[in-house]
Amino acid sequence: MLAPRSLRLASRVLFPAGAVAGLALAAVALQAIFGSPASRVLPLGLPDLPFHARIDALSAFFLLLLGAVAAGISTFASGYLRAGEGQPPGLQCLCYHAFLASMAAVLVADDAYFFMVAWETMALSSFFLVTSDHRHAEIRRAGYLYLLIAHLGAISILLCFGALQAGTGDYTFDAMRRIEQPAGWATVAFLLALAGFGAKAGIVPLHVWLPEAHPAAPSPVSALMSAVMLKTAVYGMLRVTLDLIGLPLWWWGVIALAAGLVSALFGIVFAAVQTDMKRLLAYSSIENIGLIMSGFGLTLLFRGFSMGTLAALALTATLYHCLNHAFFKSLLFLSAGSVLHATRERSLDRLGGLIQRMPWVAWCALVGTVAIAGLPPLNGFVSEWLLLQAFLFTPGLPHAYMNMLVPVAAAAIALAAALSGYVMVKFYGVVFLGQPREARLSETHDAGPWERTGLLWLAAGCVALGLAPVTVISLLDPITRSATGYGIGSHAGSWLFLAPIEPQRASYSPLLFFIVATLLVVVTWLSVRIFYHGRVRRAGPWDCGFPYLDSRMQDTAEGFGQPVRHVFEPFFRITLETPLPLDSRPRYRELVEDRLWYWLYLPVARAVERVTALVTVLQRGRISVYLMYSFATLLLLLLFVR
Amino acid sequence: MSAAGIAAQFTELALAVLLAPLLTGWVNQCRAWLQNKSAPGILQPYRVLAKLFQKEVILAHNASSLFRSAPYLIFGSLALSAAIVPTLGTDLPLNEAADAIALVGLLALARLFIALAGMDVGTAFGTLGARREMMVGFLAEPALLMVFFTASLISHSTSLSTIVETIAHRELVIYPSMAFAGVAFVMVSLAENARIPIDNPATHLELTMIHEAMVLEYSGRHLALIEWAASLKLFVYMCIGLALFFPFGIAGGGDWLGLVLALPALAAKLAVGGAALALIEMLSAKMRIFRAPEFLGTAFLLAVLAMLVHVMLEG
Repeated sequence: MLAPRSLRLASRVLFPAGAVAGLALAAVALQAIFGSPASRVLPLGLPDLPFHARIDALSAFFLLLLGAVAAGISTFASGYLRAGEGQPPGLQCLCYHAFLASMAAVLVADDAYFFMVAWETMALSSFFLVTSDHRHAEIRRAGYLYLLIAHLGAISILLCFGALQAGTGDYTFDAMRRIEQPAGWATVAFLLALAGFGAKAGIVPLHVWLPEAHPAAPSPVSALMSAVMLKTAVYGMLRVTLDLIGLPLWWWGVIALAAGLVSALFGIVFAAVQTDMKRLLAYSSIENIGLIMSGFGLTLLFRGFSMGTLAALALTATLYHCLNHAFFKSLLFLSAGSVLHATRERSLDRLGGLIQRMPWVAWCALVGTVAIAGLPPLNGFVSEWLLLQAFLFTPGLPHAYMNMLVPVAAAAIALAAALSGYVMVKFYGVVFLGQPREARLSETHDAGPWERTGLLWLAAGCVALGLAPVTVISLLDPITRSATGYGIGSHAGSWLFLAPIEPQRASYSPLLFFIVATLLVVVTWLSVRIFYHGRVRRAGPWDCGFPYLDSRMQDTAEGFGQPVRHVFEPFFRITLETPLPLDSRPRYRELVEDRLWYWLYLPVARAVERVTALVTVLQRGRISVYLMYSFATLLLLLLFVR
Repeated sequence: MSAAGIAAQFTELALAVLLAPLLTGWVNQCRAWLQNKSAPGILQPYRVLAKLFQKEVILAHNASSLFRSAPYLIFGSLALSAAIVPTLGTDLPLNEAADAIALVGLLALARLFIALAGMDVGTAFGTLGARREMMVGFLAEPALLMVFFTASLISHSTSLSTIVETIAHRELVIYPSMAFAGVAFVMVSLAENARIPIDNPATHLELTMIHEAMVLEYSGRHLALIEWAASLKLFVYMCIGLALFFPFGIAGGGDWLGLVLALPALAAKLAVGGAALALIEMLSAKMRIFRAPEFLGTAFLLAVLAMLVHVMLEG
C-alpha cells in the first residue's frame, strides 16, 4: 500500500485528499474575495530575495475557480488512474499535485521572482504529465512543442517584468504598481505580456501546441490544463494590464479584441473538421479563450475611454466566461476520458451509440454540450449574453471609427457561438448517438462511481452557474470595482433578474426561464399521456424503407464536418487522396492541416536551423579553443570595466 | 406586472399553440390556389395531428431515451419562444425573464435537440438531415441575432417589448437599416422553416430534404409533436417579423381595449404574411444544397450591413 508504485495509495488516498484540498481552497477563496487584500512575506526563496504572496479579489476568484474545478477533476482521477498506463502511478500523482500547487502559487505570487518560479514549475510539471505516455513518438513530439512554446512565452513574460520594474531593480508587484510608466514602456510591457500569456493561453498564432499537447495528456490532466492552466494565463494578463500597468490606453483593447476574435473563429472552424475527440475539444478551447480575450479587449477599450460601468460589464463577462469554460470544458474532457477508457478509442470515426452503454457519462456530457454551445438556461449562455450586451453598448464610444468596427466584431462573436453549436452536435452525436461503428463497442461499460461523482460535480456546477447568475456576479463585483471603479452587482436587479445596466435595457432570468420551460414540457407530456396513450412498439429503423442499413452508412466525423470545410475552405490546407474508378481496393484519404504551420512555423524553424549551423563554426569541441574564448571575453570585459 | 399583462401572456401562449397549425394550413391553402390545385382544406394540419396522436409509436430498436424525450423538449422550447414574442400586448410578465438574445438561444436549443434526435437512430438519412440542419443553423442563427441587434441598437434595448414599443412609435419613414434587416430576416425565416428555396416541406425526395430527413424515424405522438412544433416555429418567426417590421396594433401596458383590438389585427397580419410566404415559395425554385451557404451568407452580410448602416447613417 505504501510503495511509491502503489496504485491504491494514489487512487484511494492521494487523489481524494487532493479533491478535499481543492474544496477547502475554494471555501477559503470564497471568504477572501470579500476580504481586504492580505499580503505576506514567505520565508522561502533565496537569502535577501524572499517570496512575496498576496491575495486580493482577483487572485481569490481564480483560486476559487481552481479549487472548485480541481475538486471534481481529482475525484474523477481517483477512479481514472490505471496500472500499466504511462509512468508509474506514484510519479503521475506527484506531478499532478505539483501542477495543482504551482498553479495556486502563480495566483498568489506578488513578486516577479516567485511568479516566474511558480510559472516554470507549472510548465515543467505539466510537461511531464503530457509526456507521461512517452513511448509514442508523437507524444514526445507534442511535449517538445509544448515545452518550446511555453518557454518562448516565459521569456516574453520575464522581459515584460523587466519593462515593468523601470530600472528600479525592485521586482515586487507592489513596487511596479507604484511606478508611473511612460506610454512607450507601458505599451512594450503590454505587448510582451500579450505575447507571453497569449502563448500559454493558446491565442492564434501561438496556439499550435494546444491541439497537440491536450490530447497527448491523460484525460484528467487535459481537463486541468484546459480548464485551469489556460485561466492562469488569463489571470496573468489581467494582473499585468489592469493592476500593474496603471496607464490604460484604449487601442490596446483593439489589439486584444482582434486577437480574440481571430482565435475564436479560427478555433471553432478547426474544431468542426477534427476527427479526434480530444483534439476537437482542444480546438474548442482556443475558441473559448478567444471569446475571453475579446471580452478582455472590450474591457480595455471601455476603460481607455473611461466608461467605467461598461468596462465593469465587459470584465464581468470575461471573468464569468473563465469560470464557465473551466466547468464545461473539464466536464467534456473527462467524459471523453471515460469514453477513451471504456473503448480505448479516441478517433470519432470508430465510436458511436455509447448512450446505450454509458448512460451516466452520456447524460453528463449532454449537460456540457448544451452549456458549451451557449444555450439557455445553462452557464455558457449567461456569459455570452453578458458579452453581447457589452458589445451592444459600444455605439456610445467617443471614437467614430471604433463605433463602426465593433458591431462587426459582435457579428464575429455571434458566428463563433453558432458554430460552437454545430461542433458540439457533431461531438455528441458521433460519440454517443447512432449505432456503434465498431462491433466491440457493444461490450463497453459505464464509468465507475469515482468518475461519476466527478462528472456529476462538474455538471452540477454548469447548472448552478447557469441558474444563479446574480449570485455569481456579486462575487465578481469586488474585482471589477478595484479594476474599473465600478461594479455591476448592485445594478444586477433582484436576486431573480439579471439586469446588468438597467432593467429596461435588458434583463434575463434563467431561473424563471427554466421553471416555465420545464412546466411547459411537463404539461405537454402529461396532456399527451392523459388525452391519448403511451403505446410503444419496437421495430427496426425505417430509413425510408431501406433494409440493408449498417453502421458505416452513418456520417463519419469527416462527413459531418464537410459543410464547414466547404464554407471555410481558405482556412485549411487540404490534401485529398481519392481512388481511381477502377481501383480494386479503393481508399479515400483526407488530411486537413493548419496553414499557419507552413506559413509561420516551418520558415521560422528553418531560419533557426540556419543560424545554429552558422554558430557551429564557433563550436570546435576542443577544450583549448573554449579556454581561448573565455580568455578573449575576459580581456574584452576588462577593457569595458576600466 | 398587471392583470392585463398576465391575461395577455396566457392568451398569447394558448393562441400560438392552438392556431399555429391553422397558419400552416392557410399557407398550404394559398399555395394550392396559386398553383391552381384544389387544396385539402385549411384544417388539414389538425386532422393530421389528430390522426398521428391516435397512432402507436414505433421506435427503432436502438432509439435512446434522448430520442423519446426530444419531441417534448422541442415542443416546450418552441411554445416558450411563442410566449416571449409580443404578439398581442407588450406588457408580458415573461418579457423580463427572456430578451431577444434568449429568444435566439431558445430557438437554437430546439434545433440542437432535433439534430441530436435525428442522429440518434443512426440511419443515413437522419445524420444527413442533422448535418444539413446544423449547416443552415450556423449561418442563420448569427444572421437572426444581427437582425435583432439592429433593432436593439435603434431602441437601446434587447427587451422585445421595448423594441416593439420603440419601433411602433417611430415616424413612418423607411429606415435603410430596417430595410436591410427586413430582407435578411425574410431569408433567414425561409431557411429556418425549411421552406423553398432552401428546403421543400412537401417533399420526401431524398437528396434535397433537410427537415424531413431528420424526423424520418419519428412516428405516432412523437411525430405529431414534432409537426406541431414545426408549425409553431413558423408561427413564431412570422410573429417576430410582424413585431419587428409591422408592430402596429400591438397593445401597450394595461390596455384591455387594445388587447381585444390586437386580436383581429394579428389575424389580418398573419393572413397577409402567410399569403406572402406562399407567393415567395411559388416564385422561387429550390436551390441546390451547396448553394444554401451562399444564400445564408448573403443574409448574414445584409444583417451586418443593416447594423453598420444604422451606426453610420442613423446613429
